[in-house]
Amino acid sequence: MGKTVAEKIFDAHFVDNPAGDICVLRLDAVFCHEITTPVAINDLVRRGKDRVYDPAKIKAVIDHVTPAKDSKTALQGKILRDWARRHDIPDFFDIGRNGVCHALFPEKGFVRPGYTIIMGDSHTCTHGAFGAFAAGVGTTDLEVGILKGVCAFKHPDTIKIKVTGDLPAGVYAKDVILSIIGKIGVNGATNRVIEFTGPVIENMSMEARMTISNMAVEAGATCGIFYPDRTTVAYLWPHIRDEFLSEDAALEAYQQYLPDSDAVYEDTITFDAARLSPMATYGYKPENVKPVAEMAGTPVDQVYIGSCTNGRIEDLRAAAEVLKGRRISDSVRGIVSPATPGVYQQALDEGIIKIFMDAGFCVTNPTCGACLGMSNGVLAEGEVCASTTNRNFSGRMGKGGMVHLVSPATAAATAIAGKITNSTLYNG
Amino acid sequence: MTDFSGRVLFLDRSDINTDEIIPARYLTEITKEALKPHLLEDLNLDGFNPERDIQGTSVIITRSNFGCGSSREHAPWALEVNGIDLVIAESFARIFRQNMYNCGMMAVELEKEAINRLFAEFSEKETAISTDLAANRFKVSADGETAEFSFSISDFDRALIEAGGWVEYADAHY
Repeated sequence: MGKTVAEKIFDAHFVDNPAGDICVLRLDAVFCHEITTPVAINDLVRRGKDRVYDPAKIKAVIDHVTPAKDSKTALQGKILRDWARRHDIPDFFDIGRNGVCHALFPEKGFVRPGYTIIMGDSHTCTHGAFGAFAAGVGTTDLEVGILKGVCAFKHPDTIKIKVTGDLPAGVYAKDVILSIIGKIGVNGATNRVIEFTGPVIENMSMEARMTISNMAVEAGATCGIFYPDRTTVAYLWPHIRDEFLSEDAALEAYQQYLPDSDAVYEDTITFDAARLSPMATYGYKPENVKPVAEMAGTPVDQVYIGSCTNGRIEDLRAAAEVLKGRRISDSVRGIVSPATPGVYQQALDEGIIKIFMDAGFCVTNPTCGACLGMSNGVLAEGEVCASTTNRNFSGRMGKGGMVHLVSPATAAATAIAGKITNSTLYNG
Repeated sequence: MTDFSGRVLFLDRSDINTDEIIPARYLTEITKEALKPHLLEDLNLDGFNPERDIQGTSVIITRSNFGCGSSREHAPWALEVNGIDLVIAESFARIFRQNMYNCGMMAVELEKEAINRLFAEFSEKETAISTDLAANRFKVSADGETAEFSFSISDFDRALIEAGGWVEYADAHY
């Protein structure tokens, strides 16, 4: 019987089968940030087991609240920083070099097709864009990962989602994944892996793929996997050029992680991209989606562009395309957080930061802060935000606030109009 | 090991996420105890008042996909410090469910019919559950009325409970 991508990765990393369909896997990387890791570090110290399984396989960043906003967040950063120094963890990213983990770590070349990765962060599924098995875990799994380099997972039953046809103008990766979640629901892929495929997916950049895999967890999925191809290899090439003679050789090696033609899927769902339109969420679940056209006119107080979903260079370009030569509404607070220093620098070089500033946006340093209501753009009770993030949960960006999830282009158009607006109005 | 028994808090909604169980603004705490007053503070559920309804309960019964969203283990911790170590639901989000067993707590799935029956017959009453872990059985009682429900948990989940959590288990095995 053929195998799916995740089944092949599980086979290649198998350590133990403690019971039933549980597999303990060897980990290629353990990613850490300052919100969920300090408790694991303190617990390891308390147990007299303050060790790491392999400092080179641990990557750590301070990204959720940075620069620290108060004594508590300063302490969280300090615990992570001291730990990274104490264990000589070479890849630790602090102020000046730090950015949103799921944008920064791919940019640094820490993800490869076929890897197994965990992090104490649900959006770790993002790294599936590279053909890796990457999953969010809690602090205890993270702690064991740090100490032993292993994690337990149930056998990865897989759903295949095919996106066919052509994307209409004004429709982006964000609209595709919002449409998918709207269709299958927030529980639609719970405990399963999703493989994304089809011509629309194959034509997407790595940035667009990461937008889609990032939100796989909003449908409950463990990981959202894309097949490694020339786009994957081209993105990784600066980091792997010493490992392979040519891009073709890298591609050939990575293609061992393509699914077999007779792989078994729990379900296959096909979406016709030609029928998709720009989408926005309403209510408090990511499955509550409607075409922007039906939400048009909803007033907003804040527009946020950033996060591990949509804070990459391509996202900033799409927003800048809409904003160029325009001013945002006086009734709107516009905030943009380039996801990494690399994205920020690129946006400066391309004149995108100037476009944002001329339009009236506040440009912040790279951080997760606003997305989960921790810093840099928290909403007041009763306020409404159009946001390029991934969660519209009640209270997510601030107690009593309402979040409408949209693409960067829709967010930019909404900032100009002061109400939810389709970007095609401004984009020719 | 705890006894996974006591008074029940009924939460009649699906898809209760971990932001609702413990909001992100409290993730800057580095002790579990500090989370105690904030459990379910942002829960979007008519008629629910966390200050009035949580006190004295040890078990939650709810609908499907409980614990979806953020991976924060602060959610099980916030339950634990409030004395709640068992959640019974139609289904759970993967990470939350794993976090519960990793902490030596229990997240038990029952069939939709059983959950419907629990809500229909008990949710309006002062209800208590007593768990017989060896027999895989819950005894539910309210106003002198009792009902029994059998459940199953995997051998791995049971091993984690018996070990006291995943750190202890992994340390002994790997």
